[in-house]
Amino acid sequence: MNFLKDKKVYLIIVLLYVVISALNKFGLVNSYLLQIIMLAGINIIMTVSLNIVNGFTGQFSIGQAGFMAIGGYASALFTTILFNTASWPAYTQIPMFIFSLFMGGVAASFIGFLIGLPTLRLKGDYLAIVTLAFGEVVRASIRLIDFVGGPRGLAGIPRYTNLFWVFLFTFLAIYGARNFVNSSFGRACISIRENEVASETMGINTTKYKVLSFTFAAFMAGVAGGLFGHLLMFLQPDTFSFLKSNDYLVFLYAGGAGSISGSIVSGLVLTIVPEMLRFMSNWRIVIYALVLVMLMLKRPEGLYGGKEFKWLKPKKRTVIADSQSAGITN
Amino acid sequence: MTTILQLIMYGLQLGSIYALIALGYTMVYGIIGLINFAHGDFLMVGAFLVYFLAKAMGGGTLSYPVVAFIIIVGMILTGLLGVTTERIAYKPLRKKPRLSALITAIGVSMFLENFPRALPFIGPQPRPFPELFPMSSFSIGGVGTNSVQILMITFSIILMAGLHYITTKTKVGSQMRAVQFDKDAAALMGINVNNTISITFFIGAALAAAGGVFYASIYPMIDVYMGIWLGTKAFVAAVLGGIGDIRGAMLGGFIMGVAEVLATAVNSDLGYGAGFVILIFILLFKPAGIMGKFTIEKV
Repeated sequence: MNFLKDKKVYLIIVLLYVVISALNKFGLVNSYLLQIIMLAGINIIMTVSLNIVNGFTGQFSIGQAGFMAIGGYASALFTTILFNTASWPAYTQIPMFIFSLFMGGVAASFIGFLIGLPTLRLKGDYLAIVTLAFGEVVRASIRLIDFVGGPRGLAGIPRYTNLFWVFLFTFLAIYGARNFVNSSFGRACISIRENEVASETMGINTTKYKVLSFTFAAFMAGVAGGLFGHLLMFLQPDTFSFLKSNDYLVFLYAGGAGSISGSIVSGLVLTIVPEMLRFMSNWRIVIYALVLVMLMLKRPEGLYGGKEFKWLKPKKRTVIADSQSAGITN
Repeated sequence: MTTILQLIMYGLQLGSIYALIALGYTMVYGIIGLINFAHGDFLMVGAFLVYFLAKAMGGGTLSYPVVAFIIIVGMILTGLLGVTTERIAYKPLRKKPRLSALITAIGVSMFLENFPRALPFIGPQPRPFPELFPMSSFSIGGVGTNSVQILMITFSIILMAGLHYITTKTKVGSQMRAVQFDKDAAALMGINVNNTISITFFIGAALAAAGGVFYASIYPMIDVYMGIWLGTKAFVAAVLGGIGDIRGAMLGGFIMGVAEVLATAVNSDLGYGAGFVILIFILLFKPAGIMGKFTIEKV
């Protein structure tokens, strides 16, 4: 809970929210900019979720957009298809939105569990290709399901996502990821990343922890998908192709795998910079690609590889260490 | 029955192209352990080079030596692009975390797609591919086919047989296999590892260019994004057969092609997903693909 006790960070986050929404009120931040900021938040959640699997557990999953699609559609199922929440009384809409986000996460993590259990025994690139295939199968399946719109997409989703929810959920994702990584679960996952055979000999149930981190990451991606759907008010299966998964891979490794700070920075920078380059029209992605290649050549470990913001690090528990050493000397 | 044979014919045609492209993936993966995401774009570059060469040769119907010449030039230029890509974007990262090379591969892929797209004389719009081979339809035992189809399948098989000969019978091939097996030991035996890797990239990219031209001859429309889906499916084919294994890539390519065409006959979205579903199931039972050897990790 050090994260919450560190009041400075807490204050900065609240201040940032207040400043951005105030600027929006006074018209200095227009709705286009606001939308980009919210997308950046969603991208941060996605990158952090991918970081848990790829960066901390050392498994190579490249189909994260598949979970995002499941989460997005599952939450839209509750607010748009099954119930038409837009016509409900105002005070019931927001709880329903939160519930639908939760259900999106549950659906994604359930599928993640089902997929993870048999596939996580595959190593390295084989796991990668199965997750890629999984993402594409999700996309192809959604195109086949008619009552969610099939290939036409699902329109008319109420716009519940606003700056507040994006801030809250991004905060929760970072906070959750940080605590996960520094918990005994996270430690087990890191040991799997470092050496799977060795951690197995140390008595760690590697399958259990791999599936656990995979499911946890799927939950986060599902919630991000729900936010995404309720932000754009429209979902289309082709949005979640492997190109989207590739985007998150780029975000993760450009920021630095195994660093939550890296995911935050790259989620922000790599969402906002391409938008700033819009004036270059067709050359935009060319420049982006060149910058990306150069960045990886200069810093193969990513911008924040191996580094972490101070407030994301756990405080050293000197007390415990002291009492232990005291115990030995006595 | 005839319908099924007909579909299998289409499947073989598509499969031979997948196989050609899958070979490049599998060779590169076998030798440096990198999933070369830019490989699909090499085939697009190859198709565009041949398109412009054909234009430069005057367009219209070209004579056979000219067609052979421009395809070979296109393959060589694409091969050189492959070598350059490796030298600039992958070689400096060979000793670094393996996944950073993957990200540069994605970067290179984005560059190769969007650079031509931004150039005014190429642009994003699809273009009709010139008819390089004479087209005449006929049927064998009720199964309709055409000369282009037969030619493409034959050429693909000739190229694959050639590659098989190179890797198993020649000096370059045994060098490639040695580097694949153990880079350091190969270097100690006096093999120039860098050159061998360059040759691998050259052959892989050249085969991709051939695959791109063949694909464009059968489905005569090219655009800068044609490599994305084609490349992904070919990659799936390579994994299906057992990545790193050349025979596996051929087998995987044909399986993917036939399965996709058969499923597409039922529903187009089913066709798209079918290959991926087959892949997931095969990997569940054979975790290293059909021909791949599953190695037990030893400490």
